[in-house]
Amino acid sequence: MSAARRVSEARAGWAMSSPALAAITLFFVFPAIASLFLSFTDFDIYALANLDNLRFVGFQNYARLIENPLFWKAMTNTLLFVALGVPFIVALSLFAAMLVNSRWLAWRPAWRVALFAPYVTTLVATAVVWRYLLHTRYGLVNYLLSLVGIAPIDWLGSPNASLPAILIFVGWKTFGYNMIIFLAALQTVPRELDEAARIDGAGWWTRLRHVTLPAIAPTVLLVSVLTVAGMFQLFAEPYVMTQGGPAQSTVTVLYFMYEEGFKWWNLGSGAAVAFLLFLCILALTLVQLQLAKRSGAI
Amino acid sequence: MSLRRWSVTLLAAFVALLTTAPLLWMVSVSFMAPGEAAQFPPPLLPADPTMANYHTLFGSFGIGRFLANSLLVSTLATILALIFTIPAGYAFAKLRFRGRDATFRLLVAALVVPGQIGMLPLFLELKAMGLVNSYAGALVPWLAGIFGIFLVRQYCLSIPDEMLEAARIDGASEGQILRRIVLPILTPIIVTLALFVFLGSWNDFMWPLIVLADQNLYTLPVALAAMSREHVQDNELMMAGAVVTTLPVLILFLALQRFYLSGLLTGSVKG
Repeated sequence: MSAARRVSEARAGWAMSSPALAAITLFFVFPAIASLFLSFTDFDIYALANLDNLRFVGFQNYARLIENPLFWKAMTNTLLFVALGVPFIVALSLFAAMLVNSRWLAWRPAWRVALFAPYVTTLVATAVVWRYLLHTRYGLVNYLLSLVGIAPIDWLGSPNASLPAILIFVGWKTFGYNMIIFLAALQTVPRELDEAARIDGAGWWTRLRHVTLPAIAPTVLLVSVLTVAGMFQLFAEPYVMTQGGPAQSTVTVLYFMYEEGFKWWNLGSGAAVAFLLFLCILALTLVQLQLAKRSGAI
Repeated sequence: MSLRRWSVTLLAAFVALLTTAPLLWMVSVSFMAPGEAAQFPPPLLPADPTMANYHTLFGSFGIGRFLANSLLVSTLATILALIFTIPAGYAFAKLRFRGRDATFRLLVAALVVPGQIGMLPLFLELKAMGLVNSYAGALVPWLAGIFGIFLVRQYCLSIPDEMLEAARIDGASEGQILRRIVLPILTPIIVTLALFVFLGSWNDFMWPLIVLADQNLYTLPVALAAMSREHVQDNELMMAGAVVTTLPVLILFLALQRFYLSGLLTGSVKG
């Protein structure tokens, strides 16, 4: 290849990638880094009106957050979402994937699409739908529960039930996505392996634990990491379904950040929340990767 | 064996019914008369199907305006994202230039960072640029689609170098190669990417909520959320609003599901 052609190829490479790189720098990288700097200022509604009012305050925003009970409420709520939601959603998705992957299943593509459909629906629209499904008196969910003799639950109105209620909605909305990922992994597990275990008399649970799960362990980890990240990004769900209530039982970190930033216009404090959120996601992801390495999954 | 086949299929049908029930119920209630759904036991089908809720929505609520806003923002976001992403994805896969691999590694690392982290500074940045409260402000994040670059690059890696080399020897410029040779090969992944961006921007809520203050600019999800706070009791009306909001993307997905699902796997598993 001639030198001239190599130069023109390199020039084309930069020309084709620089618009996207410029946009990423301007609208993604720069704001993310600026968030850290913003968190060390007292940027508020006065600074918004006139930048002369902006002061550097060091770690003051962080110190105030640590003393703010609502911040801790948002943190514990989010950790609850992770602790309850990740096992729930991973199990739900894996069950759906195994069902759709079953060798005895007829019309497989139809079921796959039906189970995936909630994932592509508009979050706000289906959150509105679920608010009515979860209605204490007229909701379909309580009606179905009444058929098996369970008394009506005040899903969105009681501080104990509101978080599980949102989790049910989130599980319904997202399990199809994880199911597709699990399906791809399950298809790489040789049927003969499962068949051999079955002939040896291993039951369904034993085969799941000793044949299927070890074979798809990296995928279980991948789905868990994705779900953890998803739990940290809950916002529209509480915004539409509960407005963070009742008794702040569904205020998530992102919801708290939104209120700090765009309801009270404490942008400095909101940026501090954003940065802490980033650290949490990073830490949890690293911990999970570490766990996986130790157990030999990767 | 046949019994087993029946029982597994029946179980799958039951789970599928349970999964799609909220969507079917949404459609059904949207055709009910005002107040009809607020009964126990909850009615499953409208006694006397009516379009009244849709008339109210498009009449006094002017949901047509929000529908048009959503269509405009999502269409522009999709076109712009394709224009920005496709050449970059191709360049990262096939063109040799200094710093390419290091830059790409940085991009992959940046994928871990959720966009919400920078939302407050981005708001201030756009305010300084005069883009807050405009359609342009709502679609800016879609220009910075790292995932799209990643997707296109992954697909481009399978294009044989000999093919590009032959075109170069024939005297084609790099731009011509991209347009005449690469783009036609990329058609499936372009459909996938377009679908991702269109659905993503259509369903997006937090950013348009932040950046659009003027009610006339609201996209459907923002308008629906505002409406649902004012009209908590109007069950049937809200269901009609939910149908108008989510049906377009649901239909689009059903029509092009093959492209959507294949792209999903390229992005998450091979990544």
